[in-house]
Amino acid sequence: MSVSDWLLFLLVRSLSLASLPGSIPFSSLQVQPQPDAKMCDQTFLAITFGPCDSCGLNKPLMNIYLKNEPINYCSLCVELMACQGLATGETIHTLKAESESLKTKLEEERAKLHDVELHQVAEKVEALGQFVMKTRRTLKGHGNKVLCMDWCRDKRRIVSSSQDGKVIVWDAYTTNKEHAVTMPCTWVMACAYAPSGCAVACGGLDNKCSVYPLSLDKNENLSAKKKSVAMHTNYLSSCSFTNSDMQILTSSGDGTCALWDVESGQLLQSFHGHSADVLSLNLAPSETGNTFVSGGCDKKANVWDMRSGQNVQSFETHESDINSVKYYPSGDAFATGSDDATCRLYDLRADREVAIYSKESIIFGASSVDFSLSGRLLFAGYNDYTINVWDVLKGTRVAILFGHENRVSTVRVSPDGTAFCSGSWDNTLRSHSQVGCSSGKWWRWRLNGS
Amino acid sequence: MTIRSDRDHGQRYRPRMSCLKKVEAIVVQMQDPSTGVKGADQKLNVTTIPHAITGQVIIAWIAKNMNMDSDEAQAFGTMLVAFGYIYPLQDHKKLVLKPDGSLYRFQTPYFWPVQKWKAEDTDYGFQSYLSIYLAKRNIRKKGVLDAYEQKKTYDYYRRIIIYTQQAVMRSRVKSSVSLGALVKYMTTFKNHDPFLVPCLPSNPWQTDNDSYWELNMTDVEVPTKMRVERWSFSFYELLNDPRGRADFKVFLKKEFSGENLAFWEAAEELKWGTAASMSEKAEHIFKTFLAPGAPRWINIDGRTMGLTVKGLEHPHRYVLDAAQTHIFMLMKKDTFYRYLKSPVYKEIQKKAISPEPHNFSDSQLQQNMRNRRPSISPIITWQKEQEEKAKAAAAAGPIDIKKLMASKLDRK
Repeated sequence: MSVSDWLLFLLVRSLSLASLPGSIPFSSLQVQPQPDAKMCDQTFLAITFGPCDSCGLNKPLMNIYLKNEPINYCSLCVELMACQGLATGETIHTLKAESESLKTKLEEERAKLHDVELHQVAEKVEALGQFVMKTRRTLKGHGNKVLCMDWCRDKRRIVSSSQDGKVIVWDAYTTNKEHAVTMPCTWVMACAYAPSGCAVACGGLDNKCSVYPLSLDKNENLSAKKKSVAMHTNYLSSCSFTNSDMQILTSSGDGTCALWDVESGQLLQSFHGHSADVLSLNLAPSETGNTFVSGGCDKKANVWDMRSGQNVQSFETHESDINSVKYYPSGDAFATGSDDATCRLYDLRADREVAIYSKESIIFGASSVDFSLSGRLLFAGYNDYTINVWDVLKGTRVAILFGHENRVSTVRVSPDGTAFCSGSWDNTLRSHSQVGCSSGKWWRWRLNGS
Repeated sequence: MTIRSDRDHGQRYRPRMSCLKKVEAIVVQMQDPSTGVKGADQKLNVTTIPHAITGQVIIAWIAKNMNMDSDEAQAFGTMLVAFGYIYPLQDHKKLVLKPDGSLYRFQTPYFWPVQKWKAEDTDYGFQSYLSIYLAKRNIRKKGVLDAYEQKKTYDYYRRIIIYTQQAVMRSRVKSSVSLGALVKYMTTFKNHDPFLVPCLPSNPWQTDNDSYWELNMTDVEVPTKMRVERWSFSFYELLNDPRGRADFKVFLKKEFSGENLAFWEAAEELKWGTAASMSEKAEHIFKTFLAPGAPRWINIDGRTMGLTVKGLEHPHRYVLDAAQTHIFMLMKKDTFYRYLKSPVYKEIQKKAISPEPHNFSDSQLQQNMRNRRPSISPIITWQKEQEEKAKAAAAAGPIDIKKLMASKLDRK
């Protein structure tokens, strides 16, 4: 990577962000983490905005440490610090040694608080009953491999994209197709439904993410009102709207993630830290909504602060590319699916991997994962055409679903948790739900619940 | 301008070696003369095919040796066929393993998918092939590693150092505490998870009856008991559900403290809004909530107020972060618990309905399947919501505190 190119890029980016002239004469402009804030659902409170200790400009700040002293630098100054020439007495080898010793120290710190394993905690929880799932709908209409899908917040509509460049909006409940868009490129690897239900975003090999506002008029050509939002230097692997229709988070094969303003197409924040293609991202479901997790071909899963662009946590325990990342419904943990045929659960507050979901007989990689509403079940689609359902607590597999005739590329649970939909390279999408429990079991629940 | 970095392009560029290595090991086992799959010369029409095996036998071997049941064994066997380790003799077009007497043969390793060079017509003997294959693979692997290891410059290590230092200083929680929280969440939501406990009256996907969605719409007058229970789990759940938020607003109106939630909502709109509208929104928020003597003045501590007001001189989307967090915590720790104990919440709990579970007969289910109802397009729902919001904003102007206090004093 060319260092001067990198600096130039950052310079251009920082100028496009709102920057304030002059420094503010306040003694302490830091928002210290409030003592009672630790009890809240956030995993951390970053010192977010104020004057940078180095350049004095008011910017989103990263919380970093210089020789164990906390300092508040903006992302540009952090980069400048990283790219300084070697000081006297420093060589590549001393830096390498320092980074290795810090990594060991990190592992020691993590191990100190590791006092119990997940399966020990799970012993007290009762086991799940028999699971029988049934395919409820098969959506046929794509001419080629289905690569991605997303649910609408109305719990029944979905958008799906495929290799032939078509993006289709379906009412999955009635299996009717409602809208169809033909993208100018093939391999549309990412698609997302807007929170309002009025637009869809998609992208792929065209390196862009485009937003198509949906229309009630069936005959209208949706491509006419298309808005080109994101621009990457390699394929778009995943995209997601934030809490509104106005911002999109994208991840790309160029190793970066980025936050964009839909209306203007402006880059609001970019996230650098992966050393290979980023394949998947997921926004945290918390009231603060300030973080997201991304997974990539460098086997790392990184947690980012959307305000400052800082990588706040990183996990590297997988043995191969991470294809999919998904937050646990409470936002305190996340699961990953990888080409090493395992799915893993990482706890954000304890800062470690807590479970591995794997079996000797599962050899092919997991392409996509999602949690059920309570977080007890993990649905994972695999490259061997099957979907495995895992008990998150006990680590056992509770069900295996067959039916797809090719690789399962995407698995998503509906917003109210009533069903989950899987898209596959066999050109179809299927929605599955639980088969009704035998009446005996339901009566037992009712007696306990009333 | 492109940002080039020395990166490994991931498995999309290289063959999926790790999975296929394991598969190869199993295929080699299958061909073991003593413990492998029992094949024989099979008669097909007038010809005899040497070393052919039936689908049934393959599945039985896989199920026994890989400890799977027959469905899984069939799925795994289909993988072997799909990747070309076994080929079907009869149906060439559909690459699946059939659990019957269909015939299959093992593919010679020369044609195994891990090969990168083009297959030639000449056929090598298995032993000589294997030695050449292994030698070439080792050379190739070494080359790939060299390219990747290059160019670790000092800024690469500096960045790792900066990140790791920050990571070391992060506060962590004991595993028992965080795992306990995960379990608690699961237990709390267990009854609300349609995969674990059936939803009332019935799961629309199962019975083709969408009453469940009708009863849980955003603007429904009377919510269900499950939904009202869910609001009590956390403040986030209450705010996330539009019906819950509306009920909370009713409570706040009675307490004359609606400005906190209104400020929080306005701050959310600023954070997630378009870049163009930011300064206008920030100004409106300042006038309504933060200026001294503002109609809906929020009560935050002096330092946060100072920070926010100063930041609003040159607004950006996170300018209200500190104030918003303060107000959110205030609502979460105090107002939320008072709401749960309030007559407003108790009333809605009483009013809430608990629908009877459906008990459809088979013929009724068939009928439901034919009469699946379409729903209103979300575009229309969104437009309606926007209209309602605009009406509400126009009608209910900001509450004038002075007038309100004056009227309160009068009544006393």
